[in-house]
Amino acid sequence: MSRHGSMHISRRPKNTGKTLKRLLGYTFRDYKFHFAAVVLFIVISSVAGVKGSMFIQTVIDDYLAPMLATGSRDFTPLINAILVMIGIYAAGVISAFLYNRIMILVGQGVLKQIRDDMFSVMQKLPVSYFDTHSHGDTMSRYTNDTDTLRQMITQGVPQTFSSLITIISVLIAMLTTSIPLSIVVLLVVGLILIISKNITGKSSKFFIDQQKSLGRANGFIEEHINGQKVVKVFCHEEKIKAEFDEINDELCYNTTHANILANILMPIMGNMGHVQYVLLAMSGGLMAIWGVPGITVGVIAAFLQLSKSFTMPISQMSQQVNSIIMALAGAERIFELIDEKPEEDSGYVKLVNAKLTDGELKEASERTGVWAWKHPHGDGSITYTKLEGDILLENVDFGYVPEKTVLHDISIFAKPGQKIALVGATGAGKTTITNLLTRFYDIADGKVRYDGININKIKKSDLRASLGMVLQDTHLFTGTVMENIRYGRLDASDEEVFAAAKLANADGFIKMLPEGYNTILRGSGSGLSQGQRQLLAIARAAVSDPPVMILDEATSSIDTRTERIVQKGMDSLMKGRTVFVIAHRLSTIQNSDVIMVMDQGRIIERGSHEELLAKKGKYYQLYNGSFEPEES
Amino acid sequence: MLKRLSACIGEYKKASLLAPLFVTCEVLLEVLIPWLMSYIIDHGIEKSDMNIVIGIGIVLLFLVGLSMFCGAMSGKYAAIASSGFAKNLRKRMFYSVQDFSFTNINKFSTSGLVTRLTTDVAYLQMAYQMIIRIAVRCPAMLAFSLSMAFFVNSQIALIFFLIVPFLGGGLILIASKAHPIFEKVFKTYDRLNRVVQENLRGIRVVKAFVREDFEEKKFKTVSGEIYDQFSAAERILAFNSPLMQSSMYICMLLIAWVGANLIISSRMTQGELIGMITYASQILMSLMNFSMIFVMVIISRASAERISEVLGEAPDMSDGEKNISFVKDGSIEFKNVYFSYSGKPDSYCLKNINLLIHSGETIGIIGGTGSAKTSLVQLIPRLYDITSGQVLVGGENVCDYNLKALRGEVAMVLQKNELFSGTISDNLRWGKETATDEEIIHACRLAQADEFIQTFPKKYDTFIEQGGKNVSGGQKQRLCIARALLKKPKILILDDSTSAVDTHTDSLIRKAFAEEIPDTTKIIIAQRISSVQNADRIIVMENGEISDCGTHDELLKTSTIYREIYDSQQREVVGDE
Repeated sequence: MSRHGSMHISRRPKNTGKTLKRLLGYTFRDYKFHFAAVVLFIVISSVAGVKGSMFIQTVIDDYLAPMLATGSRDFTPLINAILVMIGIYAAGVISAFLYNRIMILVGQGVLKQIRDDMFSVMQKLPVSYFDTHSHGDTMSRYTNDTDTLRQMITQGVPQTFSSLITIISVLIAMLTTSIPLSIVVLLVVGLILIISKNITGKSSKFFIDQQKSLGRANGFIEEHINGQKVVKVFCHEEKIKAEFDEINDELCYNTTHANILANILMPIMGNMGHVQYVLLAMSGGLMAIWGVPGITVGVIAAFLQLSKSFTMPISQMSQQVNSIIMALAGAERIFELIDEKPEEDSGYVKLVNAKLTDGELKEASERTGVWAWKHPHGDGSITYTKLEGDILLENVDFGYVPEKTVLHDISIFAKPGQKIALVGATGAGKTTITNLLTRFYDIADGKVRYDGININKIKKSDLRASLGMVLQDTHLFTGTVMENIRYGRLDASDEEVFAAAKLANADGFIKMLPEGYNTILRGSGSGLSQGQRQLLAIARAAVSDPPVMILDEATSSIDTRTERIVQKGMDSLMKGRTVFVIAHRLSTIQNSDVIMVMDQGRIIERGSHEELLAKKGKYYQLYNGSFEPEES
Repeated sequence: MLKRLSACIGEYKKASLLAPLFVTCEVLLEVLIPWLMSYIIDHGIEKSDMNIVIGIGIVLLFLVGLSMFCGAMSGKYAAIASSGFAKNLRKRMFYSVQDFSFTNINKFSTSGLVTRLTTDVAYLQMAYQMIIRIAVRCPAMLAFSLSMAFFVNSQIALIFFLIVPFLGGGLILIASKAHPIFEKVFKTYDRLNRVVQENLRGIRVVKAFVREDFEEKKFKTVSGEIYDQFSAAERILAFNSPLMQSSMYICMLLIAWVGANLIISSRMTQGELIGMITYASQILMSLMNFSMIFVMVIISRASAERISEVLGEAPDMSDGEKNISFVKDGSIEFKNVYFSYSGKPDSYCLKNINLLIHSGETIGIIGGTGSAKTSLVQLIPRLYDITSGQVLVGGENVCDYNLKALRGEVAMVLQKNELFSGTISDNLRWGKETATDEEIIHACRLAQADEFIQTFPKKYDTFIEQGGKNVSGGQKQRLCIARALLKKPKILILDDSTSAVDTHTDSLIRKAFAEEIPDTTKIIIAQRISSVQNADRIIVMENGEISDCGTHDELLKTSTIYREIYDSQQREVVGDE
C-alpha cells in the first residue's frame, strides 16, 4: 500500500549479494530468535499446506477406494483421518498467523532502525553533500526505497521462503510417486518460466520507456504550472496545450504497452497451469494404458493435484523475485547514504560557560553570559581562553573543487566588537568566506584563527554555537512562530523570545498574524513575505545571543524604509559583537569599521567608508551609484 | 464527481466495455474447465477409456487456449482503457488550468496542481484498471463457480453458503478496521517527509545553530509513530491469510466428509469431488482478491475527489461580449476602482483609484511592500476583474475586449518571472512566434541583454535550464524584458523587473526605452527611486491608495512618503544625474 511508489525509476542493484547480506545483517543483529521462529513456522505452515492439497487424494485412494472395494460402511478410519487433518490444518493456520505477526515486528523494527540510521547519518554529513546532491533524490530514499524494502521484508521474503519450501516438498512427493510424470511436469514448468521471462523482458523495455516519458510529462507539468501566470500573460495557452498533447500521447502509448504485457502475463501463467493439468491427464492416461510401471489411476489423480501445488508457488516466486530485486536496488541506495562519510571533526577545544573569579577564568556549570574556550593540552593541563570574538584570516585560499580556486590569498582581521563588511558582485566570494568561518567547508591553504586558536582545533558544534547566522535564504521550520524564534536557543523563555522579536522589529507583524506567536508556519514559512521571514530569521539569531554574528544579505528583501527601522534593532543587536555583514546595498554597511571590497575571489580594497571614498577606487564608483553590483 | 470523471473515458468507451466482456468470457471458460477435467477423470482415466482422455483433452486444450486469449484480450483492453482514461484526465485537467484565470489559479497551490496531474492520476489509472477487469472478474467468478458447483452437486454446494459469508464478513471486518489506520499512517508519512525535506533545505540553519540532535529527536518521534501505526495496521491485516487458509481448510474438510458419504452411496463421483475442491478455491480466492481491490479503490477515492475539484472549477473570466479585437492606443484610465482578491468588499486592497494615463507617457510607481502596486497594474491586462469601478484601455472598458487582443497589446513583465527550458531564442519567441533573428537581437539590445548573450559560447542557442537556473537573476530579468518587448506592445508594464540589474544597466534600459519606443506607454514599478525619477509622472502608493502623484521634483516637495523613501536611498543615488 504505497503512495510513493509510482514515480520510481527502477534500476538493477549493482551488487545483489553484498546488499542482501548487509540487509540480513540488520535483521539478524536484533532479531535472531524472531527469525528462527519465523523459519520454523513457515516450514510448519508450508508442510501443512502441501499435506492439505493432497488430502482429498488420500481420502479417495486410502479410504474411499477400499470402502468401495469392500462395500464396507465403516467411516471410523476416515473420521480419524479427518481429525488428524484438523490438527495439521490448525497447526498450519496458527503458524501462518504467528510468522506473519513476527515478520511485522521484525520488518517494521528493521525499517525504523534503517530510517533512524539514515537520518542520523544525514545530519552528520558535511554541507557539501547537500550542495552537490539533489534533494529529491535523497528524499526518495526515505520514501520509495524504504517502501519497497518494507514490502520485501514483510511479504517478499517470507512468501518466497514458503514458496521454496512448498516447491521442494512437492517435488520430493512427485519424484517419489512417479518419475516419468514428474518429467512431464518439469517440462511444462520450464516452458512457463521461459514464457514469463520473455514477456517480462519485453515489458521491462516498455516500463523503462514509460518511466522516461512519465519523467518528461511530470517535468513539463511542473514547469508550466509553476509558470502558469507567464503563460497567461503571453496568451500562450493554446500552444502549451498542443505541446502537452504531444507529450501526453507519448506517455499514453508507452503506458498502454507496458501495461498490456504486464496484464497478459497473469492469464497466460494461470492457463499454462491448466495446460499442464490436461497434458498430465492425457500423458498419464496413455502411460497407464500402455502399462508403464507404477502408473495407476490413483497416481495420476495424485499428480494432477500435486502439479497444481507446484505451479502456483513457482509463479508466485517469479513475481516475488522481481519485487525483491527492486527492493535490493532500493536498499543499495539507502546503504549508499548510510555509508557517506560524515563531517570530520578532530576539534578538541570546547566552548564552556565561564566566570571570572579572582582575576582567573573558571569553568561554570550555569549560564553566566561569559564564555571561554577550554583548551586541553598534550601534557594534561587545561587552559581557558576568554571568548572575545577576535577573528583572523591569514592568506586563505579555497576552492569548492580542487582545480578551481575561488578565494585567493584572503586576509581579514576582525577585532572584538568590530563590524566588518564584505561588498562585491555576485561570485566575488563573499558567501564563501562565511562558509569557511562556520567550517561548512574547510580551507585549502592559510589559517583561520578565533581568539588566537586555529579553528581546526575547535569542535565544530562549539564553533558554530558561538556564531549567529542570518542567511539570505531564510529557512523556517513547520511549527509556531514562537518555536521558530526559539530555535536560536532552546531554553529561551517566552519573554526572551518577545524581546528578540521586538529587537528585530518583527513583533508588530507577528501580533497581526491570526494567532500571534502561536501561529503555525507551514511549508518553509509560506504565507509570510520574504521580508517578514528575514525579520524572523534576525529574531532567531538575536535570541541565540552569540558573540559573533554573520549577516549574509539579511535585509535584502526588506524595502529601504522598513530597513531603516530594522536597522536600529540591528544596530543594538550588533553592539559589542564582532559582526560580518554581506550586503549589496551600501547604505546597510556604511557605518562598518572595515569594508572589504571583493572582486573575483580577491580583496581589492579595504578601509573605512571615508578612507575608501578618498581612495576614489571601486568603492567610490559603487557608492556613487554608477555601478551597483548585481545580485543573483 | 463520478459524472465528471466518467466523462474522461471519452474515446476509450469501447475498450472499457471490451475489457469486462472478455474477462467474463475468460471466467466462464475457467469455470467450465474444472468440470471437463473431472469428466476426464471419471470417464476417461477411471474407465481407462483413452478416446475420452484424448478427445476431451483436445477440447480442453482448445478451451484453455480460448481462455488464454480472452484473458490476454481483457488485459490488453484494460491497459488501453486505463492508460487512455489517465491520458484524458491529465489532458482535461491541464486544459482546465490553461483556461483558468489568475483568481482560479490562486485557489490551488502549484504543488497541489502538480500532484493532481501526476500522483493522483496514477492512482486513478490503477483503480480504473482494477475496476474494469478484476472487479468484474471476482463477482463473475463467484457467481459462475457457485452455479457450476450447484450444477455438479447441490448438496456440497450448500457448504459454500456457509463459508462465503464467513470469509466475506471476516474480510470486510479486517478491511474496515485497517483502513482508518492506514489513512493515519499516510498523514504521518507526510509529516516524516516534511521533516526530512526541511532538513535537506535548511541544513545550514540546522548546523549553524547546532541543532542536529534536536532534529534527530524530532525525526525519531515521527518515525516511532510510523512504527506504531504501521505495525497496528499490519497486525490487523495479518489476520487475512490465516482467515483465508482456515476457510479453505474448513471447506476441504467439509467437502471431504460430505463427499465421502455421497461417493459411498454412489451419489457423486471421485472426479466431481476433485472438481468441487477447485471450485472452492476459485470462490474463496475471488472473495479475497475482491476485498483487496475494495481497499485500493477506497484509497484512491481521495485522489478522485482532488481531481474532480480541478475539473469542476469553472474559469471565472471570459472574453468580453463586445469582443473588441483592436486596441486603439496606449491610454489607460482608472475610474473609481475598488478591488479585492476575494471579491468581498471588506478586504479591499485597492480603494478609490482614479487615474488617467496618456498614450506614450512614462509612469513610475513607488511604495512600500504591501502597498498594492502590483495589484494596481495587474488590472490593466485584466489579469483580475475589478470589484467595482471601471478600467479603460485605449478608451474601451477592459472587460469588453477579446482577452488575447488586450493582452497582446499590454505586455507585462511579472515580478515573479519564469523562463522555460529551451534555448534563449525559443524563450524570446514567446513574445512573437514569427520573430526574425534581427528582431530578437534588436529587442535584446534594448533590454541590454545582447551583450551578455554574446559572451555565451552558443549565444542565442544557449539552453536555458528549467526555471532559468543557469542565468543570474539580473540576466533573467533582462531576458524577460526582451521577451515582452518582442510583442511590440502599446503598453509595457515592468513590475519591479530590474531589481537585480545593476544601476548602470538599469539606466541604459530606461534610456533605450525613451529613445526607441517613445510611443509605448511605459509603467515602471520600482523599489529604487533612481529607476523612476525620470518618469513623466510618479505615483506614490500607500495602503492600496494613491497617496501622491507628480514629477520627482514636485513629490520631493509635497510627499512625505516619497521624501522618506528618497532619504533612505539618498546615499546611493547621489550623483546619478
